[in-house]
Amino acid sequence: MSRAVRFAPLVLLLLVVGALVWRLATPPDTRVHSKLEGKPIPVFVLAAALPTKPTVSSNELATGKPRLLNIFASWCIPCISEVKVLQQLKGAGVAIDGIAIRDRQDDIAAFLARNGDPYQRIGSDPQSELQIALGSSGVPESFIVDGRGIVRYQHIGPIEQSDIPMIMSKLEQAR
Amino acid sequence: MRRLAVVLALFALQPALADSNLPPAYWSNRQLPDSNQEAKAQALMAELRCLVCQGQSIADSDAELAGDMRDLVRRRIAAGEQPAAIRAWLVQRYGTWISYKPTAEPAAWPLWLAPLALLALGAWIIRRRIKLKVGA
Repeated sequence: MSRAVRFAPLVLLLLVVGALVWRLATPPDTRVHSKLEGKPIPVFVLAAALPTKPTVSSNELATGKPRLLNIFASWCIPCISEVKVLQQLKGAGVAIDGIAIRDRQDDIAAFLARNGDPYQRIGSDPQSELQIALGSSGVPESFIVDGRGIVRYQHIGPIEQSDIPMIMSKLEQAR
Repeated sequence: MRRLAVVLALFALQPALADSNLPPAYWSNRQLPDSNQEAKAQALMAELRCLVCQGQSIADSDAELAGDMRDLVRRRIAAGEQPAAIRAWLVQRYGTWISYKPTAEPAAWPLWLAPLALLALGAWIIRRRIKLKVGA
């Protein structure tokens, strides 16, 4: 047997170990990104989540100005801290609409009373139908929709304090 | 006594549930009355990837979102939609990631070519060995 063949298993082993170490050191991105970025938002009409607030529908999103569509739920723990950041965005003049996933009227009202209410409109999505139609895979998530109803950006996970400048610039770009 | 109370209190702790208070969607854990349609739905659901428990199919996953996706698949199949159309609709939103069925995209070519390459390698090795035997 030639020398090269005799060392082949060792080389193979080192390659496999190298690949494993590399993947452990740089884990892959497990977030699922929506393919709707750059595409029109799907047509939808949702029931109102609260009697005191108008609901969200797709044709009301194309109002000539960019809007932030926030997917949230009263049972979602990261949403509690996100609402405070959304309040700041609202203070900066951002128009925010909410979609409540698998939620109940009383729970949403209590959640907003406790944590603050940054939403102009809230639609109810009790079976995650719109969430799936948007290519979203969890709560919270946010979409920036431009004035023509095109999805410009998907934010996966809560919008943190440190994300505010980035979100503002994305909104500016969507203008 | 206080230590005992703390230990007992630990047993009473509940995990922070990240699930809603709503019941599962109607068709999420219910078979369609038409067995033909149910078979179609089952086959499709086994090939759709759960967004929450990545690596499970929506047929296997207990996640709420998987239940809602099963409901969506069954409702659309019951409405007469073809499984291929439902799969395409989901791929439009989540990319080919959502489907376990290998596609013919360039990224999947190695997958299709690997068996042929391995077969050729095997044939080559066998040929060499036979030749060696004849030579000896």
